[in-house]
Amino acid sequence: MPHATDQRTEQPAEIPAGGPLNGYQLRVVREVLLALLAGEASHGYQLRARLALALGPLAGALNDGQVYVTLNRLEKAGLVTSERVGQAEKPDRRVYELTTAGRDQVTEWLEDTSWPKPAPAEFHLKLVAAAAAGLADPVGIVDRQRRALLVGLAQAQRAALAEPDASVAALLLEGVVLRLQADLRWLEACARYWNNAKERS
Amino acid sequence: MTSTSGSILSAGSLRKEYGKGAALVRAVDDVSLEVARGESVAIVGPSGCGKSTLLYLLGGLERPTSGTVQLAQRRLEDMPEAGLARLRRRALGFVFQAFHLVDELTALENVELPVLLAGASPRKARARATDLLEQVGLEDRAEHLPSALSGGQRQRVAIARALANEPAVVLADEPTGNLDSAATTEVLRLFDQLHADGQTLVVVTHDERIAATADRLITMRDGRLVDETRLTGGTTRSVTQIAGFDG
Repeated sequence: MPHATDQRTEQPAEIPAGGPLNGYQLRVVREVLLALLAGEASHGYQLRARLALALGPLAGALNDGQVYVTLNRLEKAGLVTSERVGQAEKPDRRVYELTTAGRDQVTEWLEDTSWPKPAPAEFHLKLVAAAAAGLADPVGIVDRQRRALLVGLAQAQRAALAEPDASVAALLLEGVVLRLQADLRWLEACARYWNNAKERS
Repeated sequence: MTSTSGSILSAGSLRKEYGKGAALVRAVDDVSLEVARGESVAIVGPSGCGKSTLLYLLGGLERPTSGTVQLAQRRLEDMPEAGLARLRRRALGFVFQAFHLVDELTALENVELPVLLAGASPRKARARATDLLEQVGLEDRAEHLPSALSGGQRQRVAIARALANEPAVVLADEPTGNLDSAATTEVLRLFDQLHADGQTLVVVTHDERIAATADRLITMRDGRLVDETRLTGGTTRSVTQIAGFDG
């Protein structure tokens, strides 16, 4: 059966990779690979293409060797096994398969409800501390933060609008946009609170 | 400022007050701004900050207590009501949160109406309305009544209507206020396309997604402009970083 992954074999060019992205780890890549292998045994290139398709313009975050390195670790941990398969006129490739332990881990991951982004406590405490110590105007800090998030939102929005209809990556970008929007609404509440605090004092 | 030749719309020291004495409310308090031809500007702020009132002053729908508005080289405060209404029809397009379509007219007839009111022949008006519906991707909905359209489609008809007389400026008041996320995306795409085609846009919104598609973002609080952010050009962060993938 042909796979959607075959339709897009290279990453979109819009997002610059490297530089500040060095050392990045997509947190859940282990579990994602295990889950993809639960459907059928696959080789690394196939898995990588699937991730790239799902991430769209965000696929730049996926380090080239990361999938292979992770598969190697998963094998050492006994979660997958692999086998070399010969190909005509091409180098052999390694096909990975899920073990029972790997399957258990996927089940656990699917049931896990932990959510990636923590409460914005650090920023909140920055404002409280800045006000308490008289270091800076909290409203000024909020405004600066707002500008930075808005510029980010604008970029994510443009990337989302540039995706073709029915793109699965557009769904991820919509999530990024809606989350930034929620952050901006909270910043508006911060601005209101600290503005009033200034008037009270 | 040496020249305002690039400005299609400008406001100088605009004030709008309601009530008297202790009950005096300054809805718009000493606002000056310039909108360049082809620019898209978003005005954001909490409800009650005066942003809609400012839009109505810019569009000549309300008269300021003091200050000036200049649109396409005409000063609005000097104009009599009839002349102002003519200028609004000719030079402005309005988009509202509640769409304000005529329920008894089809999508096509709604778009046609302002063209007819501006004095075009029925044949010309029909051709123009047909083009506009095609531009907003609703040519197959031309004969539908507004009640048979989704929220996003209704707003796209309203946007087509706003464009009917090739306005110098389109003014929009919370254009996505009644829409869900998917319909908001429809309207966003359309605004983005209008902007790319060189249409001057001023949008009042509390929807950051709409605001984020503007060239320039102006924040209002308590009737005043308190912040201005340029959103196009000059940024270096990647979408990957914005998504928080870089830890």
